Amino acid sequence: MKKFVPLIIFAALCFIPLIGLSSYVMHILVLVMMWSIIGMAWNLLGGYCGQVSFGHAAFFGMGAYSSGLLYYHFGISAWWGLPVSVPVLTVFSLILGFICLRLRGAYFALATLALGEVLRVTAENLVKFTQGDLGIMIKQRTWVEKTWYFYIILLLAAGCFFVIKKVMESKLGYYFVAIREDQDAANSLGINTTLYKTIALCLSGVLTGIAGAFYMNYMGYIDPTTVFPLYDISIVAVMVVMVGGVATYWGPVIGALIMVFLAEVIRSMPGIGVAHMTLFGILLILIIIFLPNGIVGDFRKMIGLFKPRGALK
Amino acid sequence: MAAQVELFLQTLISGFLLGGLYALIGLGMALIMGVMRIINLAHGDLMMVAMYIAYWLFTLFHIDPYLSVFVATPLLFFLGVGLQKFLINPVMKVESILPHNQVILTVGIGMVLANLATVFFTSNYRSTPVSYASKAWYLTDFWKNAPIELSLSAPWSLSFIVAVILTVALWFFLTKTDTGKSIRATAQDIDAALLMGVNVGVMRVVTFGIGAALVGGAGCLFIPIYYLYPALGKQFTNVGFVITVLGGMGSTEGAIIGGVILGIFESMTATYLGMGWAPVGRFLIFVAALVFLPGGVASLLRKQRLEK
Repeated sequence: MKKFVPLIIFAALCFIPLIGLSSYVMHILVLVMMWSIIGMAWNLLGGYCGQVSFGHAAFFGMGAYSSGLLYYHFGISAWWGLPVSVPVLTVFSLILGFICLRLRGAYFALATLALGEVLRVTAENLVKFTQGDLGIMIKQRTWVEKTWYFYIILLLAAGCFFVIKKVMESKLGYYFVAIREDQDAANSLGINTTLYKTIALCLSGVLTGIAGAFYMNYMGYIDPTTVFPLYDISIVAVMVVMVGGVATYWGPVIGALIMVFLAEVIRSMPGIGVAHMTLFGILLILIIIFLPNGIVGDFRKMIGLFKPRGALK
Repeated sequence: MAAQVELFLQTLISGFLLGGLYALIGLGMALIMGVMRIINLAHGDLMMVAMYIAYWLFTLFHIDPYLSVFVATPLLFFLGVGLQKFLINPVMKVESILPHNQVILTVGIGMVLANLATVFFTSNYRSTPVSYASKAWYLTDFWKNAPIELSLSAPWSLSFIVAVILTVALWFFLTKTDTGKSIRATAQDIDAALLMGVNVGVMRVVTFGIGAALVGGAGCLFIPIYYLYPALGKQFTNVGFVITVLGGMGSTEGAIIGGVILGIFESMTATYLGMGWAPVGRFLIFVAALVFLPGGVASLLRKQRLEK
């Protein structure tokens, strides 16, 4: 029965556009699914393989820009960005992995942190190539209605979920977890840790890049500050996973749901909208202290917190 | 030709002065890195807090930013102690899947600090217009027939001198006092330090406090020559960790040399490529350090010492 849960949820989601929800609700659902892809990708690298990244905006932005630049320079549909971002991100991740993954955790976290920033500055300064701060705008979005966007992102998210589940159930997944738990032990058992960390990075980068390419098509406009920001994308990607549950299949989905709704609610409240990063930050601190494995990972513990004291005995 | 030499030397001088200030930022981060094995990603945001303290002291009470070093440094020390004691220490005990939880926690702290500053002080750019801001000494004042003209900005030099004083004070503290020695012992080997009767828990708290105080001092020194806005912290966090990597994780001597190298390199990129490229230059030097010198400057120093 448990095997079919993802299929049932997928089927149920397929019917959502038929209900006739308002365009705003559909927009939020699309965002939730986009963030679950980013969260799942981050989770593969950070949660399963233990390589914490603070720069997923770099992959996201690379995906978005490879899509946007194709449209801008060659005049072909920006949807080509979805397939094209795959090789681009693979090469990019290979280079990054070659440089940073030979060394231990902290270096990698630092390198990724700077990376998003560097790509933003580069995109701002290469005015001729990327239009700089003007950004790239698609003159006419493919559809006005959200329905098709919803189905496309649903398929992408389902594919992403499937890929990650298959990877984690294969030998590769066991290697990843072994590296996270103890890199020296993994090394001594004959696992080529650098190679497998690089594979995790490539997979994670490509999946995030696809989400970025979708974002370009969906929003129709990108500029360096919207696709390469530290807090609004890189840190939110970390938060989606931390809130939902590190190293769980459903954690990033739950996390994305909570974070997107929370962001919408906070931003719509008058006067508090400016402080949304403070509230996110406090939420992050509370989650790390009280539910370090997220809502899905610490579900039992959380239920225990709400039970009356007597029940524990 | 003379003009080019002049430009080069001028860039070198300003890079060196900037490097002295960067070293102070890097020192705090290297200390925290050495003792706790975590990177403090709220470092730049702590500096931003100190800069706001200096800014408000100047605007409301007309206290010179250089004097507010004496106010901001202790305040930041207590802020750092509080953060370590009430937020980071509890997380160290929590069992979790991810090993980097404390680092993510510092990101959360930085996020809250930066955003609170935006909420309370708006995101306007601010500066302290001190009377000596544009004062400078010129080479031709001392040497009438000098073939080239060089200048030395007064606030930059003053900031540099104070930074050197703070660094010397830190060196004195780390090598001559009991607490300093205990901190170094904790950084070298936590278990051995514990066995020798060092209270490692207290040392962690003190170290975070000192790290915060150092970067607070750097903030006060930066405000007369720089401008201030809430999101500025991120940039200086980047500076801090590039220096830590360049100098060798957790090495204080390395951090000083790393700071000077980064300062000079950054001024060179700013002069010859344009101001906007400075973060890219920073990243390139970071990558170069990772690839060619993974142990940082500290590994070179150690090698030299061994050869003697």
